[in-house]
Amino acid sequence: MESSIKNNPAHVGCTFSADRLTEVDRLMKQYPEGKHKSAILRILHMGQKDFGWLSVEVMDYVASLLNIQPIEVYEVATFYSMYHLKPVGKYVFEFCQTGPCCTRGAEKTIDYIKNKLNIEVGGTSADGLFTLKTVECLGACGYAPMMQVGDVFFEHLNEEKIDTLIENWRKEAASKN
Amino acid sequence: MAGKKILLANDHVEGIRYYDAYRKHGGYTSVEKALKMTSDDIVEEVKKSGLRGRGGAGFPTGMKWSFLAKPEGVPRYLLCNADESEPGTFKDRYLMEYMPHSLVEGMIVSSFALGANTSYIYIRGEYMWIVSILEEAIAEAYKNGWLGKNIQGSGYDLDLYVTPGAGAYICGEETALIESLEGKRGNPRMKPPFPAIKGLWGCPTVVNNVETIATVPHIINMGGDAYAGIGVGRSTGTKLISACGNIRKPGVYEIEMGISVEEFIYSDEYCGGIADGKKLKAMIAGGSSVPILPHNLITKTAAGEPRLMTYESLADGGFISGTMLGSGGFIIYDEDQCIVHNTYTLARFYHHESCGQCSPCREGTGWMEKVLHRIENGHGKMSDIDLLVDVAKKIEGNTICPLGDAAAWPVAAAIRHFRDEFEWHIQEPEAAQRGNYPHWENRPEVVA
Ligand SMILES: Cc1cc2nc3c(=O)[nH]c(=O)nc-3n(C[C@H](O)[C@H](O)[C@H](O)COP(=O)(O)O)c2cc1C
Ligand code: SF4
Ligand code: FES
Repeated sequence: MESSIKNNPAHVGCTFSADRLTEVDRLMKQYPEGKHKSAILRILHMGQKDFGWLSVEVMDYVASLLNIQPIEVYEVATFYSMYHLKPVGKYVFEFCQTGPCCTRGAEKTIDYIKNKLNIEVGGTSADGLFTLKTVECLGACGYAPMMQVGDVFFEHLNEEKIDTLIENWRKEAASKN
Repeated sequence: MAGKKILLANDHVEGIRYYDAYRKHGGYTSVEKALKMTSDDIVEEVKKSGLRGRGGAGFPTGMKWSFLAKPEGVPRYLLCNADESEPGTFKDRYLMEYMPHSLVEGMIVSSFALGANTSYIYIRGEYMWIVSILEEAIAEAYKNGWLGKNIQGSGYDLDLYVTPGAGAYICGEETALIESLEGKRGNPRMKPPFPAIKGLWGCPTVVNNVETIATVPHIINMGGDAYAGIGVGRSTGTKLISACGNIRKPGVYEIEMGISVEEFIYSDEYCGGIADGKKLKAMIAGGSSVPILPHNLITKTAAGEPRLMTYESLADGGFISGTMLGSGGFIIYDEDQCIVHNTYTLARFYHHESCGQCSPCREGTGWMEKVLHRIENGHGKMSDIDLLVDVAKKIEGNTICPLGDAAAWPVAAAIRHFRDEFEWHIQEPEAAQRGNYPHWENRPEVVA
């Protein structure tokens, strides 16, 4: 685990809301007695959604909810590519870069975003709003170029659509501040 | 000729995503029928239907079911594989998104046949909105007495849940899926023991693809023999094909097994031909793991026969001049696509997705990616081509799970059919940076 993660006190004392805890309980009951660890992936998704990324504090909290060792959570969180183990921008662009999407110009579109936001893949825009990541096939190959942002797939992308999306997210972020 | 539709016969019916419309159009009748049959009879119908697994390997479903161990007092599990991460494949998503009840219905009938009282749908984490769609459909099924205790007064109990993954292609491999469902890293297990003997939590388990399971109700409704009457030979029934790449109409199509590849690519009912008036250069028929074919082997086999959309015809010629139906992820490449670049992006994919347990896969996929990257960027050596072939050979068959083969085959096939294009990249790096290989239409003879 990187020390930068350990030292970031972002989520000290993090807890889920009462509704979320009810959901955690529902998820754990989907598995037989003693097998509730199976709910871990989904609870980590919830943690990431509520706290932005999975810090050690969040992972330790999930371990306490599941009543398992923290290392069991770290092991899982580091295996799956959807989990962010470092802080990310408010909107994470997960852009598909696999072969089928490339036949439809995915790489050009990625370059367009890089230039527009003045970032490299893996980087976050200066205003902290946007992080650009490349990911592998998301099961939307026929609707390329495409990216996932949060739980939503944005498909048939082109420069114009990207401009509009970014503009709307900028407005959304400004209105919330 | 309009092709026969079974799975997607009603996909455009208004409200078919919800219970009322689904039921009105004949939904759940297979459960009523199945609950009056014995589980052996259901397995028998599925055997007769000739249904083969739609997840990629094409293993006969009825036979797989009959291998399930049935020790007294031990629960058995049915797991639906909705991990769908094979590049080019997006058919299960369509089925779950638009007809979630067809999967729920299939899970009920199949679970009953296998004697499972708890079943799970393991779905890739990126399909999070479909998790909600499925859970909504499952809630409707509980409400209407198709799930839960004593289903329709039959005495049979079944609980059905959805478990999302979190981004890992390898979790589509059945034993990795089981590990992941147990809340662990998705590292494939050594086989044997097979899941049919020791699977989820050490209990006998069957893993089936979404499309496979959604087909079962139709087999029960029409009877195994009638289903076997659709299609050709050992490729019975229909198959969902997700078509992408440089075609006019990318999307998900249900085909009757046995239509020609030519019809599938060029007719308006399906792909609608190559986009922008370009020429067809290459095709991958069954998801990125199967061998790529050059234009002269796509609509015809090496023997000059029309190539059909069946397991057998696509595989005609073996790996020398054939490919595989696989998952039905159909990728079309036009004359502007660079084979070296495509091979590189696929190698990068497999390297990224290797779980790292076996050294031939972990090291070999990384090595292939690195060599392909240098060829693509104009720093390749002629010896790199044979090096790639050699690395691919050393991975193949030497790993715990088939991801190793899946990574080796596309590289080996690309070099087998497009060696001249690789050579050109190495010999004329500047031209290769500027444009595409000009001689792609002059294909060398296929040699054994
Ligand atoms: C690396 C790898 C990835 C796989 N991904 C999937 C997948 O996403 N969906 C699927 O149904 N089968 C996938 N499979 C095949 C499964 O292991 C298994 O054979 C299949 O789910 C069995 O279902 P079926 O008999 O109904 O096809 C994959 C296999 C391997 C080796
Ligand atoms: S072949 Fe690759 S993915 Fe499969 S178990 Fe070995 S290292 Fe993991
Ligand atoms: S290749 Fe991009 S979604 Fe499949």
